[in-house]
Amino acid sequence: MAIFVDQNTKVIVQGLTGGQGRFHGLRNKAYGTQVVGGVTPGKAGQDVEGIPVFDSVEDAVKATGATASFIAVPPKAAPAAILEAARAGIGFVVCITEGIPAQDEARVFATLQRDFPATRLLGPNCPGIISPGKCNIGITAGEIAQLPTSSGPNVGIVSRSGTLTYQALYELKQQGIGVSTCVGIGGDPVPGTSFVDCLAEFQADPETHAIIMIGEIGGSAEEEAAEFITNHVTKPMSAYIAGVTAPAGKKMGHAGAIVSGGKGTAQGKMDALRMAGVKIGLNPTEAGSLMAEIVNNLR
Amino acid sequence: MDLFEYQGKQYFAKYNIPVSAGGVAHTVEEAVAEAEKAVYPVVVKAQVQVGGRGKAGGIKLATNADEVRLHAGNILGMDIKGHVVKRVWIEHASDIAEEYYASFTLDRAAKQHLLMLSAQGGVEIEEVAEKDPTAIVKLHINPIIGLPLATARQASVDAKIPAKALDGVADMLVKLYECFTKGDCDLAEINPLILKPTGEVHALDAKVSLDSNAAFRHPEWEEYAATEELDAREQLAREKNLQYIGLDGTVGIIANGAGLAMSTLDVVNQVGGSAANFLDIGGGANAELMTAALEVINSDAKVKSIFINIFGGITRGEEVAKGIAEAVKRVTLRAPIVIRLDGTNAEEGRKILAEAGIPDSQLTSRPTMLEAARAAVALAK
Repeated sequence: MAIFVDQNTKVIVQGLTGGQGRFHGLRNKAYGTQVVGGVTPGKAGQDVEGIPVFDSVEDAVKATGATASFIAVPPKAAPAAILEAARAGIGFVVCITEGIPAQDEARVFATLQRDFPATRLLGPNCPGIISPGKCNIGITAGEIAQLPTSSGPNVGIVSRSGTLTYQALYELKQQGIGVSTCVGIGGDPVPGTSFVDCLAEFQADPETHAIIMIGEIGGSAEEEAAEFITNHVTKPMSAYIAGVTAPAGKKMGHAGAIVSGGKGTAQGKMDALRMAGVKIGLNPTEAGSLMAEIVNNLR
Repeated sequence: MDLFEYQGKQYFAKYNIPVSAGGVAHTVEEAVAEAEKAVYPVVVKAQVQVGGRGKAGGIKLATNADEVRLHAGNILGMDIKGHVVKRVWIEHASDIAEEYYASFTLDRAAKQHLLMLSAQGGVEIEEVAEKDPTAIVKLHINPIIGLPLATARQASVDAKIPAKALDGVADMLVKLYECFTKGDCDLAEINPLILKPTGEVHALDAKVSLDSNAAFRHPEWEEYAATEELDAREQLAREKNLQYIGLDGTVGIIANGAGLAMSTLDVVNQVGGSAANFLDIGGGANAELMTAALEVINSDAKVKSIFINIFGGITRGEEVAKGIAEAVKRVTLRAPIVIRLDGTNAEEGRKILAEAGIPDSQLTSRPTMLEAARAAVALAK
């Protein structure tokens, strides 16, 4: 088991003929992901190293039976690409595009909610998702992810930051701890999938025995996660929150990472998670060591 | 990107939101000229992107040219909470019967737009929220439904806006919402939103924050970028397309990824140091990017050591190492570098750095983030 994606997930890449789509799509395929097609309007009939290209998501789904889509198109085109995937019946959409206007993100999310409730969007502006050994959609370097073991214990990872996601994968690999699924939800103001969505899935996943969460300043997603953990998560957790020293009013790279009006501070988030029983590391390595302790106790 | 009041008012005007006519002035003489155009009495308003300028003496009424000279002279160059006033806005003074508050933002938790409306305006809304939370109406708006006039009117009724101002306020809300959505604002706020004795509803102030991700469809935003207040380091970083934020410490920071860069600041702080900046060079770390990053860090006289924190994911360790070795040769650094290189092929990368012939006094390598932070902080002391 894993969450959201596994060995049966069939993926198409929207933007496969573009630089990013081609690079990451081929890497995902080389990892073992079932990349069954690509979509670029006007390029039907071509192929990218044997992967067939279609004009529309609808055509691609009909021909390949794809269940997931990987969107690697520029910010102007991404909102329409997400909705096209949903309209074609894709159940899981991963959008790595950085720089989509917040107004567009809000409209896309509201449209998905109203018209396509069966479609889950991961991102935008996220590194993607990997269920090690089964499926890798996005920009994660698959080789830094430790394979889960059938007996466990395995850890689920959910993160708002890209490089810190890799860091978490790496820390666990150093400790020889298997990963069930690693989800990067992205740092934008309106993420399609939240911490809470992922925590609920990890809690229900029999292959996941403990969870690491990587948060950052801005918004209230970590506080909402803390409330959910208190009421619904029984699996042990460790967490790290980036941005303790970030000054108020300055966006720290991610569109979502800003402390404003005294809200969204790292300290507030850490306190909330601690109250929910989560072990807090003061840096990513410490969160990894805390997880190693948790896992050793489970063994 | 935050706009100055005068820019916000010009932005509002594009969406037919009534604002006072006026002009911006950089000197006392320009201020007098604008005042003559605006007709006395006028208000001289400091243009700074920080709240509380009225209390600081940054807003003054003037009834003749001498008073404009006096006030503009005092206000220009004034320091308001660390912001030096470079320009004033002069507008005809409005008669005020009542003051309200209105704003639109994105509520991230609800993933919907949020209207905040209050019949108690003119003071900081946080104060109102604290003293009397029921005085603020909060209404979530589904972005694909929008804000119909009837809904805006009901919200105004709920906020206890008096009957004589209801139509004006509702109309204003619809226009402000259009400005917020079509204008790609992160925040569109009017405080105070005034009712004139003559019955008109009018925006007396404008606080607008634009979503820089939407710049591609707003070529008119270029003029705002020109007045943005950046320090010299931030200006240089912008020219080189780097994600840089200047801070006050002594350890220069370079990291790949926003989360890792934030985390690097934290770790430096944790071991007793202070960061001079936030700098995210993104996923790749080639020689050009690294050179540009080092040049920006080098321009900061306060920097005493440089901490490069790279985690190789798709970018392999040896590529990063080659980039750094090349960059160090190109830039004459004023401060020593401590590097932590980890992730994919990190060992090969460290080997390349060790064999690059860079003296230890210029570059040392540490295996973990914490150890590297300690070394960098020690060098900065």
